[in-house]
Amino acid sequence: MRAAVNGSVVDCMSESLPEIPAAAQERAEWLHRKGNWIRLSAMTMNHRAGMGHTGGDLSSADILATLYLGGVLHVDPAKPRWPQRDRFILSKGHGAAAFYSTLAARGFFPVEQLRTYMEPLSMLNGHPDRNKLPGVEANTGPLGHGLPIAVGAALAARMRREPWRIFVMTGDGELQEGSNWEAAMTAQHYGLDNLTMIVDRNRIQQGDFTENTIRMEPLAARFTAFGFATDEIDGHDTGALFERFTHLPIEPGKPSCVIARTVKGKGVSFAENEPAWHHGVPSAEQLHAAAKELGAEVGW
Amino acid sequence: MTSTPDSSAMQLFDCRDAYMSALEEMAAADTRVCAVANDSLSSAKLKNFKAKFPDRFVNVGIAEQNMVGIGAGLANGGMVPYVCGASCFLTARAMEQVKVDLAYTRANVKLCAMSPGMAYGQLGPTHHSIEDLAWMRVLPNLAVIVPADPIETTAAMRYSLVHEGPMFLRIARVPVPRVHDDKYDFKLGRAVKLREGSDVTLIANGLLVARALDAARALEARGVSARVLNMSTVKPLDREAILDAAQATRGIVTAEEALAAGGLGGAVAEVVAQAHPIPMRTLGVPDTFAPTGTAEFLLEHFGLTAAGIEYAALELLGKEEK
Repeated sequence: MRAAVNGSVVDCMSESLPEIPAAAQERAEWLHRKGNWIRLSAMTMNHRAGMGHTGGDLSSADILATLYLGGVLHVDPAKPRWPQRDRFILSKGHGAAAFYSTLAARGFFPVEQLRTYMEPLSMLNGHPDRNKLPGVEANTGPLGHGLPIAVGAALAARMRREPWRIFVMTGDGELQEGSNWEAAMTAQHYGLDNLTMIVDRNRIQQGDFTENTIRMEPLAARFTAFGFATDEIDGHDTGALFERFTHLPIEPGKPSCVIARTVKGKGVSFAENEPAWHHGVPSAEQLHAAAKELGAEVGW
Repeated sequence: MTSTPDSSAMQLFDCRDAYMSALEEMAAADTRVCAVANDSLSSAKLKNFKAKFPDRFVNVGIAEQNMVGIGAGLANGGMVPYVCGASCFLTARAMEQVKVDLAYTRANVKLCAMSPGMAYGQLGPTHHSIEDLAWMRVLPNLAVIVPADPIETTAAMRYSLVHEGPMFLRIARVPVPRVHDDKYDFKLGRAVKLREGSDVTLIANGLLVARALDAARALEARGVSARVLNMSTVKPLDREAILDAAQATRGIVTAEEALAAGGLGGAVAEVVAQAHPIPMRTLGVPDTFAPTGTAEFLLEHFGLTAAGIEYAALELLGKEEK
């Protein structure tokens, strides 16, 4: 399998990567189905654990599917600490169930391990754990940690004159943490175009809509003003996500900010755009209904 | 017992010079070494480093949370970052990053905490860093080191590069005399017995080590034999040295330029209370913010002097003059 990285075609770890359709339309549909599998897998995990952050799992699923299963990220599940790997940091660590499902689907660990989510002594904490799980780059959960770490990693790649890239996904409410803006200033000052920040712009945080809490708009203009090359795209259009992620940086010499417009609870009618589903947990009946709507099946 | 002259007559050193020389020497030898600063070019003495290694110097501006997170990211990318800033900001402002991004993650990041304790005495309690030892010591995985003099500062810095994992190095700004000779070999988690003694043990670190040695000399003149330990590593703690002191002498006096609660005094007391209870006195800043004044004034104010240590030892042994 080969995938486009930085506009050019480079070898991608083919051993463990599932076959990705080559035709754009077919690939987008395939990634959409993968996204729905991630959704149902995450909901199943949250249902079993009786805890979790369903809304944000569902909003981020298509982005995760495109990055990991679409072959955008240059990673190798057989060598999770391969020094030349691309780094992905899930700064919105509460989206762990979707992230774990994606890592399992990509082959970092067996999908059966998803059953242990939040069980006593599990490697699958409620938030991603680098110490325990292959494929996780940073211990996140407290918000506002991912972007500074990503900026540090981007600086390391530059100091070492190495070509690997850094992707970080933040929430939108998360951007209320000031550390993000400290890191944004550093990223622009050093012109880190090996860094791509993705904002899961689902417009809802724990307590309410973001705009009712602390207004985040005009978000794109803010990042542009902070020196990022910024693009706003539909965060559920896997074709558009693939195109964007395979043509980075947006502008040479600048860090990239992709604001992915998403729907919290996407794909499950009763969870969509409902602040209560930020950490809502599906009942067995709701899980069945979700499976039907998503057209997905969880094999594990 | 010892012929070492009184430390008040000796040449004094700013440990930042030793830290800075060691950092530049390591950066020249190892391309993984880089420095991260929070606008602290002067206070952390990094101007020369920046000039010599511009590609391995990052100035994040006045942004400590970001600075520590960037350190974690640099370590993720295979670098060995030395994150250098005033201890009061580096610890308090970035505490969650130190906990999660460094300590829990076991990130290979070295925190160089400048001007700790009451070095910024005149600047007021906002700039004092007397809480840092207690805060840093409770974090699992984080090695906490308080060098006593320039020789130990150099040795601890060199050691930090071979140590895999996060470290907190408290670099003194208040001038100190040498207490070690050039052959000194720093060992993490190992206290150094600078003086043997059978009546009482004085355990100190940082700038209080020289004062503890002075106190031991004064005690000797009064017929009291005082053991002196430089416990520069607060974590991992040298439990053996503490227990040996608890068994061989009648009491322990700890002394540090920090809140005694939770710092070296607290650490030693935890071992003593559980394994071999003997009388203790923990000298440091009591449960209060310090007033304003020079470092020397404040050290006097809190009895963190040779005389203060001497008095505490005599009082503990029941030999104080009424």
